[in-house]
Amino acid sequence: MSARVLEGREAPVLSLRDVSADLAGRRVLDGVTFAVQPGEFTALIGTNGAGKTTLLRVILGLQPTSSGTVELAGARRGRRSVGYVPQKVLLDPDMPLRARDVVALGMDGHRLGIPVSPRAGRVRRARVEAALASVDALDFADARVGTLSGGEQQRVLIAHALIGEPELLLLDEPLANLDLRSQHEVVALLARVAEQHRVAVVMSAHDMNPLLPVMQRIVYLAGGRAVSGSTEEVVRSEVLSALYGHHVDVLRVHGRILVVAGEGDEPVRPPGEEPGSVESGIVSVP
Amino acid sequence: MFSSFMVNTWVAASIVAVVGGVVGFFVVLRGSAFVAHAIPHGAFSGAAGAALLGLNTVFGLGVFALAGALGISALGRKGRHDVATALGLVVMLGTGALFLSWSAEYAPQIYALLFGEVLGVSRAELWPIAGLAIVCLAAVALLYRPLVLSSIAPELGEVRGVSERVIDTAFLLVVALATAMTVPVVGALLMFSLMIAPAGAARALSDRPGVAIACSIALALVTVWVGIALSYAINWPLGFFVGTLGAAFYGLGRLIGARRRRIASPVA
Ligand SMILES: Nc1ncnc2c1ncn2[C@@H]1O[C@H](COP(=O)(O)OP(=O)(O)OP(=O)(O)O)[C@@H](O)[C@H]1O
Ligand SMILES: [Mg+2]
Repeated sequence: MSARVLEGREAPVLSLRDVSADLAGRRVLDGVTFAVQPGEFTALIGTNGAGKTTLLRVILGLQPTSSGTVELAGARRGRRSVGYVPQKVLLDPDMPLRARDVVALGMDGHRLGIPVSPRAGRVRRARVEAALASVDALDFADARVGTLSGGEQQRVLIAHALIGEPELLLLDEPLANLDLRSQHEVVALLARVAEQHRVAVVMSAHDMNPLLPVMQRIVYLAGGRAVSGSTEEVVRSEVLSALYGHHVDVLRVHGRILVVAGEGDEPVRPPGEEPGSVESGIVSVP
Repeated sequence: MFSSFMVNTWVAASIVAVVGGVVGFFVVLRGSAFVAHAIPHGAFSGAAGAALLGLNTVFGLGVFALAGALGISALGRKGRHDVATALGLVVMLGTGALFLSWSAEYAPQIYALLFGEVLGVSRAELWPIAGLAIVCLAAVALLYRPLVLSSIAPELGEVRGVSERVIDTAFLLVVALATAMTVPVVGALLMFSLMIAPAGAARALSDRPGVAIACSIALALVTVWVGIALSYAINWPLGFFVGTLGAAFYGLGRLIGARRRRIASPVA
């Protein structure tokens, strides 16, 4: 630790050491170790079932670990400073809630009672306004949240997570179900938010390509194990082959990265997927 | 129609409508309409059992409503209550039928708990109703923000330290409390429709939760007032009027909601 301080680096905002977790008697995370620095943009990459959601839930304390330690910078100071956007939040269009109501609940949704003080109400409204502005959501602040488009809902949920001024923002597949344009918008927005609010962002995705321009660290999950580092360090044939336990090739085509299972090996994905599809970062060649 | 006897009835029914409108808002928000059906109807078998044992029927009703709420909460996982609720309801209704068959002399009194007999509330009965209503509304006010948050998505509450298990059980207890106070006044069927129809219509009328709750209360009040007046004038059962008025309001609310949406987004 002291060596780090001497180097002029801050303490990590999140650090996991040798974390394992079991679900229904099966090891889902196996010795996961990595750290995230303040303000850093981290991509958590893995196929379906790799354990991305489980890992995020472990960090949030919603999923107990079997061994290992999870340290959060804010927790040490006794402050809840993690924002979370879960996977697949379906906002019911019948719910009489405006976007701004959802954002406000990110600030005080755990409190009991109904707020009545007008002064506190003004402060509340100003904070909600600022959070909505930081995700470009002012245009639909008063719209019924369930009737917004997927990308708009995602921005509202990000504002909900940001309004508590977290040091760490966790997002579980925020790009799923978004078209390419909305994906780029959300990624650009998250990069901006990470920079402006100096919040570390950890977001999961099954495809790393939309994140390549902004991500500073990758945590690559496969079979419950993880490697972490810069894209150049991690996304290499030797490293990923060791992680998967069989040979994989890493192809760089037109600025995109494809991870392809080697010939004669177990496919990384179940068969039936388009081999070599440029949409995904991890594909198999059976 | 406004004799002192009837005044008690109006007051009691109005209290019931306010509680139904408020609790119903959250029932509908959480998608727990089925729970709101099961708890009042299942609780009626508690009243039947109490009558058989020579106990106060309201006491039996309250105990069964609480037991039903806790049972549903213990069996149902993560807010998905449908199967657990259905089984609980079947068992309770079956038990109720058995109790009823054993205590034929009390049958009319217990049928009133099922279908409601609002036109006979005494002054002495008003106080406990009002007291339970205040407890019920206070509990909802206390739980307001965590309830709404966990209704959006349980995980959003969990990360803020709002245990889904705790909030869900607390809410089911509120429904049980509302049941115990309202069913003796209006019956299980009416309580169910007062919890579902006004709130279902109200959520289409406004995008603001506070305004929607106010609309829900207003619609519930209009439903029982018009229902009582018509039932007094025509001498048809109150249940008929409350049921049909509720359904009519709900249909109207959805129509208005659909229109509002079309005006709000002419492109879509
Ligand atoms: N509640 C549970 N009980 C038992 N096993 C579970 C449970 N939740 C997840 N798992 C298993 O744990 C593994 C990791 O699941 P997890 O949801 O973390 O994957 P993921 O990377 O988020 O996948 P996806 O991309 O599909 O969201 C999967 O094999 C899954 O089947
Ligand atoms: Mg997942």
